[in-house]
Amino acid sequence: MLGKIKKETAERWGYMGFKSLFSSGIYFNVFAFLGLVTIAGLAVGLHGTYTGYHNVYGVTRQIPWGVLISGYIFCVVTSTGLCLVSSIGHVFGYEPYMPIAKRAVFLSIAFMLGGFIIIFFDIENPHRMAIYNLLSPNFTSNMWWMGTLYGLYLLALIVEYFFLLDQNHSMSRLAGLFGVLFGVAAHSNLGAVFGMLHGREFWYGPYMPIYFIVSAMMSGGAAIIFFSCLAWKIDRTVLTRRMERAIMAVCQLTILLIAIILFFTFWKIISGIVSPEKYIAIQAFLTGPYAPNFWIAELGFGLVIPFILLIRSKGINTNLMFIATGFMLVGIFFMRYDLVLAGQIVPVFHALHVEEYSSLLLYTPSLHEISVVTAGILIAIVLYLGGEKVLNAHKFQKHAIVPPGAFICQGCGGIHYMKEGESQDDALKRHHRMRKVDREDEHA
Amino acid sequence: MKLTNIDLEKLIPENLISVTKMERRAFLKIGLVITGVFAGGRILSVTSNVSEAFASGKDFVDQYPYKPHYSMVIRQGLCIDCERCLKACKETNSVPDYGYRTRILTKIVTDAVGRKREFIPILCNHCNDAPCTRACPTRATYKNKENGIVMMESKKCIGCKMCILACPYEARYFNAERHAIDKCNFCWDTRLSKGEKLTACSYVCPTGARIFGDMSDPDNVAYKMVHQVEKQVWVLRPESGTKPNVFYMKATRSSPWDLRKQDGAR
Ligand code: SF4
Ligand code: SF4
Repeated sequence: MLGKIKKETAERWGYMGFKSLFSSGIYFNVFAFLGLVTIAGLAVGLHGTYTGYHNVYGVTRQIPWGVLISGYIFCVVTSTGLCLVSSIGHVFGYEPYMPIAKRAVFLSIAFMLGGFIIIFFDIENPHRMAIYNLLSPNFTSNMWWMGTLYGLYLLALIVEYFFLLDQNHSMSRLAGLFGVLFGVAAHSNLGAVFGMLHGREFWYGPYMPIYFIVSAMMSGGAAIIFFSCLAWKIDRTVLTRRMERAIMAVCQLTILLIAIILFFTFWKIISGIVSPEKYIAIQAFLTGPYAPNFWIAELGFGLVIPFILLIRSKGINTNLMFIATGFMLVGIFFMRYDLVLAGQIVPVFHALHVEEYSSLLLYTPSLHEISVVTAGILIAIVLYLGGEKVLNAHKFQKHAIVPPGAFICQGCGGIHYMKEGESQDDALKRHHRMRKVDREDEHA
Repeated sequence: MKLTNIDLEKLIPENLISVTKMERRAFLKIGLVITGVFAGGRILSVTSNVSEAFASGKDFVDQYPYKPHYSMVIRQGLCIDCERCLKACKETNSVPDYGYRTRILTKIVTDAVGRKREFIPILCNHCNDAPCTRACPTRATYKNKENGIVMMESKKCIGCKMCILACPYEARYFNAERHAIDKCNFCWDTRLSKGEKLTACSYVCPTGARIFGDMSDPDNVAYKMVHQVEKQVWVLRPESGTKPNVFYMKATRSSPWDLRKQDGAR
């Protein structure tokens, strides 16, 4: 079906055909290898479905949510973040962010699919979900809203992406607005899934929804930088002046967001230490069995190292940015993992001081769980690698994004507006060299 | 008048908080120092003003909105960990080996005189304000409108395990044979709906540690147990605000004479 796309549609979409995948031997090999690993992971997961998850997963009655939920959260957080950060440009109209839109929305869909595949292997009866989410909804359940809102969100993303492909920017903007609305609703609600469990002190409170949104934007920033830098490694021509500017802008935003999350983390710990309810869980992360996760992965890889590297890269050095955001994505995965576990490792009856619950609960992910998470994340990456080739590296055709009365500046790559009766040249001069003169003109 | 009102309002949460915190530090100590009458999950008083709590009789009525309002009173201290209840539960409700609906926890008090171990039976509290039913996306778990039992409609359970996390009492587990969450339902399907008066566990308990009854009936034994002035009654984890319907009270097997004998022996 896809092979038969009309020529002009294909051109508009930047559709290159699946043959383009074979253009480079190494590229195809990597693509095929990752694809095979994904399939293997899914096969292991299906084996689990067949034998029964309770036989092969590491989760228990006391810790019912493990690495699958962490992986799911990692994917949907990244997806929401990609959507939110890119919306600054193509939905809310801040020009420097515009060029990232196509790749970001594509990745956003890819990660959402990855997340859904992971959660598919976590939920015991997904077929019932399809039926009873509709027939027997519980409007007070955050879980119900999660399924519903993420469903709507994915739908909005797909519509948005279609119009982006089709270069219908007013429609894509409208769909994008819905994407942002559903994304924020779905994602803050995901925070509330944890934040509204009043039997679980570590999570309980409004902190979770707020933290989820901010850290989503941070993840989104990291993902955009990481995958754009990777795209340049694949194909140098992607690196246009406009893209450079866009990435620099995203880099600045990401640095700011890291700083905000650092400060969130700091106060979460300080307030946790003085709260008798949270103390035990916090200690497990500061000095206990989860300390390496927290200090090295979460804080080091996820926040401090990228913070320093991104500042040093000045938003220009793609190699540094690539390394920084690579670290970041690994660190962010651990952040999600730690967050999911932290609320569960303290037994609910610990205050009874009974023998059965005298120590922290432990959880180790099983092979099946790790395979499924790997497959889920790899699906997003495989789709990305495919997309880079088949969809012509998500390049915009120039004219499509330029609003009427504006043009793409040869100098800076940005979009400038022309005043009435002004030529492009004059406008360029006005925007760059001649600002002061311009003002003097007006005074005179 | 207004002033006293404000004072009262302030007083109750303060008590709640201090109880919770101290409970976390040393549950035993608190059991000795502060004793409370908790009904429907709310601390109504500390010993110093038990009478006050009982004066507000209407509160109690409001706490038991169901008819019958099933409830269980655990007489902690009588339990000897014979686990006949566990066996009866497994047989009656076909609970698999990897799961349980009720469990006996062991508490060791090293500096106690005489017996050093105490057993605490736990089960679903059939909370009046059940967080599990709020959390369930498909209403697969729900509170029965007549008798207040928190039940499962297995065919609707998608197995998301949200309710396991929402429950502050660890009362739920995933049952692979039912393809759904399983939990205590006071033997509704297996016994009560068939005319039996007691749950399996309460029926087999040799020491009377599990008293099952109807809180909406002032003549019922469970009601009477909880509403004695001289008894301290509490619920587990009151800070979760779930208004549990499983009440705990101490029942000691050692009389002062026994203790004196122990003294003599030493
Ligand atoms: S004890 Fe747990 S399972 Fe039972 S009603 Fe309360 S929250 Fe629900
Ligand atoms: S596991 Fe089943 S009963 Fe529990 S919240 Fe999910 S759907 Fe409801």
